[in-house]
Amino acid sequence: MSRRRERIDRGIKVRADDIYALTSWREMLYLAAPRVAPVLTLLVVGLAAGPYWQRVIMTTSMFALLAISWDVLAASGMVSLGQALFFGVGAYTSGMLNHYFGWSPLLTIPLAAVIGGAISTLLLLPVLRLRGLYFAMVTLIMPLIIERVIEATGIFGGTEGISGLASLPHRLVELLVAMVMVWVALFGLRRLMDSDYGLVLKGINDNDRSVMSAGINIYRRKAEALFIASSIAAFAGAFMTHAYMFVGMPVFAMDYSILPIASTVVGGVGTLAGPLLGAFILVPLSELLRGLGGLRIVIYATLLVVFIVGLPEGIFPYLKRKYTQFERWVEVEK
Amino acid sequence: MSRPVVLEVRGLLKRYGGVTAVDGVDFTLHENEVLGVIGPNGSGKTTLVNLITGFVKPDRGKVLYRGKRISGLPPYRVALKGVARTFQMAKPFYQLPAYKNLVVPLSSPRVHALAGGSYGDRDAVAKDLLEEVGFERDSWVINKAAASLPHGYLKRLELARCMALRADLMLLDELFSGLSLAEVASMVPVIDKLRSRGKTIIMVEHRLRELFRIADRVLVLNFGQKIAEGTPGQVMDLPAVREAYLGSEAEVGDA
Amino acid sequence: MFEATLIYGLVNSVILALVALGFNLTFGISGVANFAYGAFYVTAGFLTWSGLNQLGLPFGVAAALAVLITALMGALMYRYLLLRLRGLVVSEVIATFGVGLALLELFRYLGFIGFEYTLPVMIDASVDIAGVVVDAQRILIVVVGASLAALLWVFTRHTRTGRAFRAIAQDEHTALTLGINTDRVATISVAFGAGYGAIAAVVILPLGTISVGEGYNVLVNALAVCIVGGLGSTVGVIVASLLIGYAQMITATYVDTHWMMIVSLVAILIILLIKPSGLFGQQKELEERI
Repeated sequence: MSRRRERIDRGIKVRADDIYALTSWREMLYLAAPRVAPVLTLLVVGLAAGPYWQRVIMTTSMFALLAISWDVLAASGMVSLGQALFFGVGAYTSGMLNHYFGWSPLLTIPLAAVIGGAISTLLLLPVLRLRGLYFAMVTLIMPLIIERVIEATGIFGGTEGISGLASLPHRLVELLVAMVMVWVALFGLRRLMDSDYGLVLKGINDNDRSVMSAGINIYRRKAEALFIASSIAAFAGAFMTHAYMFVGMPVFAMDYSILPIASTVVGGVGTLAGPLLGAFILVPLSELLRGLGGLRIVIYATLLVVFIVGLPEGIFPYLKRKYTQFERWVEVEK
Repeated sequence: MSRPVVLEVRGLLKRYGGVTAVDGVDFTLHENEVLGVIGPNGSGKTTLVNLITGFVKPDRGKVLYRGKRISGLPPYRVALKGVARTFQMAKPFYQLPAYKNLVVPLSSPRVHALAGGSYGDRDAVAKDLLEEVGFERDSWVINKAAASLPHGYLKRLELARCMALRADLMLLDELFSGLSLAEVASMVPVIDKLRSRGKTIIMVEHRLRELFRIADRVLVLNFGQKIAEGTPGQVMDLPAVREAYLGSEAEVGDA
Repeated sequence: MFEATLIYGLVNSVILALVALGFNLTFGISGVANFAYGAFYVTAGFLTWSGLNQLGLPFGVAAALAVLITALMGALMYRYLLLRLRGLVVSEVIATFGVGLALLELFRYLGFIGFEYTLPVMIDASVDIAGVVVDAQRILIVVVGASLAALLWVFTRHTRTGRAFRAIAQDEHTALTLGINTDRVATISVAFGAGYGAIAAVVILPLGTISVGEGYNVLVNALAVCIVGGLGSTVGVIVASLLIGYAQMITATYVDTHWMMIVSLVAILIILLIKPSGLFGQQKELEERI
């Protein structure tokens, strides 16, 4: 090998790492495009699509929320193998509130996000004292057992579930709320993770003892991160419950655990935008491959393994590099 | 001594299975004192640091910091009171740039309270601190991920983390280990400076020559027990100490 | 009633221990949490079934082949997937989880669902113990469970590979300096774990049907036992199995069989509250707080 690939930051990034001097419309566009273009594209596609694909976009958005939530947890040192737990708790909470008290979805969904987040956090609180592996094990177990408990005891509607729940006012409202929520979660959490608060969370993931010796209560911080992440996932659960006007055992299904992980790994772990991108690739893909039916999870799981072993970087960091850097081959002297 | 007592360690004992790592250690530390802790490998030095900073709970005995019991508190509570430590094996946040490593302790509630309710520009403070411990300012080094820093810089980063917390009592666990003579020589003034600012310091060290120049008093541990305590001069002359520890280290004799 | 609870509780406990031993063995030695464990268990069941019904092999041959192939799958998974992720615990967890899920759901897709997927009992007889009728298969499970645990004990103490296992379990770097090929030993440990799971499958599955759900059940049970007993501790596995096993049986007898599943969840929650590292957890105090 006498050549190597050289990467050079594009002009605008070279000048400063955090403060950009914007001197032209072109540069503004360069910065804004990657943020604005996806928002607009999704909006236009969503409004133009037929009812079926609108529903797919809505579902995808909810999976994207689950994936973003997974990524936030992972960045804070908590690997969840059971996003279905948070999703399911949120789904059942809003379903119960609507079924028994007759409250409107506009009230039950936000309430379920908060209550669901709180319940999930309380359930997992003891695990936070231990290494990450325990978190993975317990989150994997919980949705499976809860599902079985509901089946066995018949609580919360048992195997039948509860149907006839109130739906959201209008299909378009549903779609727009889903989209807004995705972008709020993405940009909000990105800001949070880039702040010093997020820095401490990443520090806990990296080296928790040093964080402790800095006088920071890591259990509290982890619990806070868990609450934030599980609330987002619980929101997704509550939202889907009202979108399908039904809540039942399937909300604890493996789909809701594996897809967020697969989306994140395919999109790029730790980037938050990656999980979103991953979800918007994988979910519509599975809709296109509907004929395969049960093979869906097999495909996700296989993709997951292929990416984590072969392409651990993920798609988003790759795209980002192409966008922000020039690449060229240069001769290398021996 | 008229200076107030900062740390009081009473009958501290810790067993790991059948091994007694720290066996009834007592000592008192006064304000602005530099205490050296020496002893052969496995004599319980690091366990002592862990016990004082709350990382390990003692089986018996207690630790008082400024008259208040801190043994049994979780590590973060101990740190909040102003007791900071370094780790023998440098433990940076590998993924973060060097200066961002300091933003973590700078985000501590302690700093917030001491700074009068405002954190200020943490990045700027971090860069100042790094310069103080010997990072070249305005160089690429401070922006480099900690994972790629050489050993010497990691050790400095450890020290800077203690300083960032604005700790009053610093426990430096083998801060000099693995450093070259030149690197140690550049660190000694930093510690002198900390002393001149009124900090109280416990240094666990193997580098006796440098330690004896800095320390006011030295504590010798062997098999978890305190076998001697005194000024560097006194400690060096004790036969028990020479036997237990210094026997092989002839270089110390002429220090 | 009491005698029945006592005896069936023991059988239930041994089943739990059998299922958890393999998972625990792999984790204790190489630190790999094999989340594909349940899938391997079910794979062994289906392989035995295929050997019996599609190839017409005698039960012993089919079972032995199934155990060997499953162990080989474990070794291959380690060699070609996990070895590349060595040290990246998060990736290891995700990769084994992915492999397990892909396998299980593939079985579901291929249509391995239904009551015809059963294994025959090995000895069709029953024994009367203190007035309680126990079938021979359950006695066999207890015998196999006890001998596997004993075998494991002998193996780790008196064979070369076994001692290498223990060396690595204690300190991988020291093991390296002693000339132990840690990658090879870790590969063997994953294979062993999968093999243990396969043996458990062959003796336990005749009691019920081979199903995809069983794969998830087994994983849940193995994890529950390991969490309660303390990850990596064989004594812990045995004690926790007895605790959960009897608690389940008592619940089933005096409350309702439906509530059996809750027992492991409650056990996990209680243990996490009072001693997070498990009854016999080998985690050091420093790590326990993390």
